[in-house]
Amino acid sequence: MHAETEVLFRDSAAQALLDPQLRANFRRAMDGLMAKRKAQFPEPQDLQDLRDLSTAIRSRSLLALPELLEQFEANCIKNGIKVHWAETCEQANELVLGILNAKGAKTLVKGKSMVSEEMHLNAFLEKHGIEALESDLGEYIIQLDGETPSHIIMPAIHKNKDQIARQFSQKIKDAKYTEDVDELTAMARKVLRQKFLDADAGLSGVNFAVAETGTLCLVENEGNGRMSTHVPPLHIAVMGLEKVVARLEDVAPLYAILTRSATGQAVSTYFNLITAPRGAGEKDGPQEVHLIILDNGRSRIYADPQLRATLRCIRCGACMNHCPVYTRVGGHAYEAVYPGPIGKILTPQMEGVGVRHDLIHGSSLCGACAEVCPVEIPIPEILVRLRREATHEDAGSNVEGRGTGRTTTEDWAWRLWAGVLKRPGLYRVASWFATRFGKALPAGAPLIKNWTRTRTTPVPARRSLSERMRAEGGRHD
Amino acid sequence: MTNRPATDARTAILGRLRAAGETGPLPSLDTAVLERCHWGAAERMDRLRKGMEAVHTEFLTASPDDWTQVVRDFCDREGLKNLLYGPGSEAGADLAASWAPGGTQLMPYDRPVEAFKDELFTGVDAGFTSTVGGVAETGGLLLMPDAAEPRLMSLVPPVHIALLRASTIQDSFWSAVKALGWGRSLPPNALMISGPSKTADIEQTLAYGVHGPKRLIVVLVDDLN
Amino acid sequence: MNAPKPKKVYFYGTCLVDLFFPDAGMAGIQLLRQAGVEVVFPDGQTCCGQPAFNCGYWEEARDVARTQVALFPEDLPVILPSGSCAGMMKVHYPELFHGQSDEAKVSAFSARVYELTQFLVDVLDVKLQDLGEPVKVTWHSSCHAVRDLGLKGEPQSLIGQLTNVELAPLARTHECCGFGGTFSVRQPEISGAMSCDKAADAEATGASILLSTDGGCLLNVNGTLEAKRSPLRVQHIAEFLWERTHAR
Repeated sequence: MHAETEVLFRDSAAQALLDPQLRANFRRAMDGLMAKRKAQFPEPQDLQDLRDLSTAIRSRSLLALPELLEQFEANCIKNGIKVHWAETCEQANELVLGILNAKGAKTLVKGKSMVSEEMHLNAFLEKHGIEALESDLGEYIIQLDGETPSHIIMPAIHKNKDQIARQFSQKIKDAKYTEDVDELTAMARKVLRQKFLDADAGLSGVNFAVAETGTLCLVENEGNGRMSTHVPPLHIAVMGLEKVVARLEDVAPLYAILTRSATGQAVSTYFNLITAPRGAGEKDGPQEVHLIILDNGRSRIYADPQLRATLRCIRCGACMNHCPVYTRVGGHAYEAVYPGPIGKILTPQMEGVGVRHDLIHGSSLCGACAEVCPVEIPIPEILVRLRREATHEDAGSNVEGRGTGRTTTEDWAWRLWAGVLKRPGLYRVASWFATRFGKALPAGAPLIKNWTRTRTTPVPARRSLSERMRAEGGRHD
Repeated sequence: MTNRPATDARTAILGRLRAAGETGPLPSLDTAVLERCHWGAAERMDRLRKGMEAVHTEFLTASPDDWTQVVRDFCDREGLKNLLYGPGSEAGADLAASWAPGGTQLMPYDRPVEAFKDELFTGVDAGFTSTVGGVAETGGLLLMPDAAEPRLMSLVPPVHIALLRASTIQDSFWSAVKALGWGRSLPPNALMISGPSKTADIEQTLAYGVHGPKRLIVVLVDDLN
Repeated sequence: MNAPKPKKVYFYGTCLVDLFFPDAGMAGIQLLRQAGVEVVFPDGQTCCGQPAFNCGYWEEARDVARTQVALFPEDLPVILPSGSCAGMMKVHYPELFHGQSDEAKVSAFSARVYELTQFLVDVLDVKLQDLGEPVKVTWHSSCHAVRDLGLKGEPQSLIGQLTNVELAPLARTHECCGFGGTFSVRQPEISGAMSCDKAADAEATGASILLSTDGGCLLNVNGTLEAKRSPLRVQHIAEFLWERTHAR
């Protein structure tokens, strides 16, 4: 039964491939990020040791997840942080709205949060008359154009200086046209400074949540995260339930490998640890801090021992920086909140493997992603598993949409394939035909024509290796 | 305020996570790679400085006896109108005690921010804070804002002047967390700062001075002897 | 490795070599014989099963895989002229047969699998004598050879032994060529873009021949080069090494 509302990665990818500006931008950007990351890891053994340690920390956290979440929540509450739980994005949005309405908040300034993108929070709040303004420069740039992020770390990576210059001169009051990066940055600083000052509330994500202290850790370079979380009287943090680690010292190696893998920095400008709202005697900081813990399919992924590895992700973006597919099509082609290799395994598990069957097949399984993943998520292995889930309903699986990508055509194709290949006699006949009549392979036949769009048709040799070995007596019993 | 859905959500979520059951033994943690950074005090100071200068941090060297004068001289050179400081902190009190009249005005952060938020955002040239340590491996300052030196001092004014005593510099963030006992107890806000604020969001070109301070000045007090 | 060198090995052709690069298969066998090893080529070989495995059709993949494993009963190394197929048999067969009644038997087979250049260098430590004319080549490393099997420059070291061969590296040696098996026909646009880039990279090196361990990569890049009417040709590393080193 073919999924009715299948989203075809192939189509959006094909369109992106025709855009030379996009391709050049991403090629240049990804090359730069790959080189920067490489420069941070001169010693292969040190890198492997750090990856192994990071993987072990994340695996441990996941193994003890329910206990750690309870410990984390208890400590947050003790510190004065109000903790809320949301099973779905709808619930999370309603919670945010409720918290804002209780304070009569009409403006929300946002630090960067991919979970808030998952929630489509901005659009939701806008419908309810609350302005949600992005303050991370990349997010601010795309918000001006009404776009979504094309990369999880550098949201405006697809944009050129001249595009941004034009945008700023058009959308920012009294702004003149300039392509000077410092001037553009200064413009954004000026606009957003007023917003930080005026905002009723601030929203952030959470890079790491520490159970032993009830602390939210935020990694950033610009200072907008600190602005959003310290200046307004109300701070709301949103996080996926997989973000918690046991101890603060566990965060150190994860932080070290995160910044190096993401942008090739040894350290970010700021590493911010938020443990409580404004304390007794403190003169600044928010009076109220709320945390929303979001599920949105994560607990389902968690339940599968193999697929659980998906949740180790620390959102560094190294996988997409190294992906030959992502480099060529950019983030928007994925038509998903999370693009790139991590998006290829996360999105189908959240939305359904049938609906996203084409996306799961949008990979050559080259493994470049798994090679650089700081927490050793075996992305190609998981892709193969998800391809299985899309076309079969195995006992014990609870993957979203399992079996809905199955087609009778494909079933029969593989049955036929196996039928021939497990019978040497049949294969011998088939290969005889292939070698004798291979030139006659019709270039326009289905599937063949997909090959011949950019290549000549392969022509089998006149005699197969097996045939020659049989003739030359290479055979032994 | 009752959150009916949220309470149910919590039970449902934790229930699903528990139902998944634990699979496999807990992997062991081999932290040897973190212990490889280990230097003497003088080298820690050098590494911190190199790491931070690479991201446009400015350094002023001082001794335990003359750092207040070094700060004063900087303010004079830059023609700063004022310097926000915390009168309740030890360093703040020392600074105030030595501050000659005229020139840069010392501005005490001695009341809640609501009393002067606009002025803080538009009328303060620089903020002065202490630090509780530094990180040598990557470069970085460790701060624990409190009642005496509030959070926004190191964030809002365009210039942040930070006092760092060389003896407090740790090898790495990991060793610093352990040395400072942050795993046992943290204030409402603690942080590490490695330089002035920056971004590379426009064509991956580095630009400094985004939303946080445009300049970070570290007054490095050599108290190693 | 100081273990005594094996005297006898199995050779598994792989379906792409069988049908499209039989000379490479013969060359691989000859190279092993040249190194003093007896080569057994059981009849009845078809396919390692990777295409079905990668598409989630595991029963079909196992059906075919079982018939292949049964052809190699003796405890001898099994040599393949393909990083991709060797990776399938060595790394993915144990996954595919996890929980199956013949899991142990298949895993024992997997432990004996080698890619050809890996075997020539790491086990046989072959020494090659270049008998050919000067030529400039370039090397494309198959993703599975490097990432599944962990090849660390074995093919390049063999090329390096040939004194009249200049190796001009690709700008992106390790970037996928875009074949990916069924990927090449399921995602033709993306695959096409990757293949075009790989072909352009190869042409830019100024080499006369593009070498690789993998038939899939070679078919893919060759088809692209031919469509552009490029003078650059491709060749399987086994065929190239045999041509350069055997006295006629």
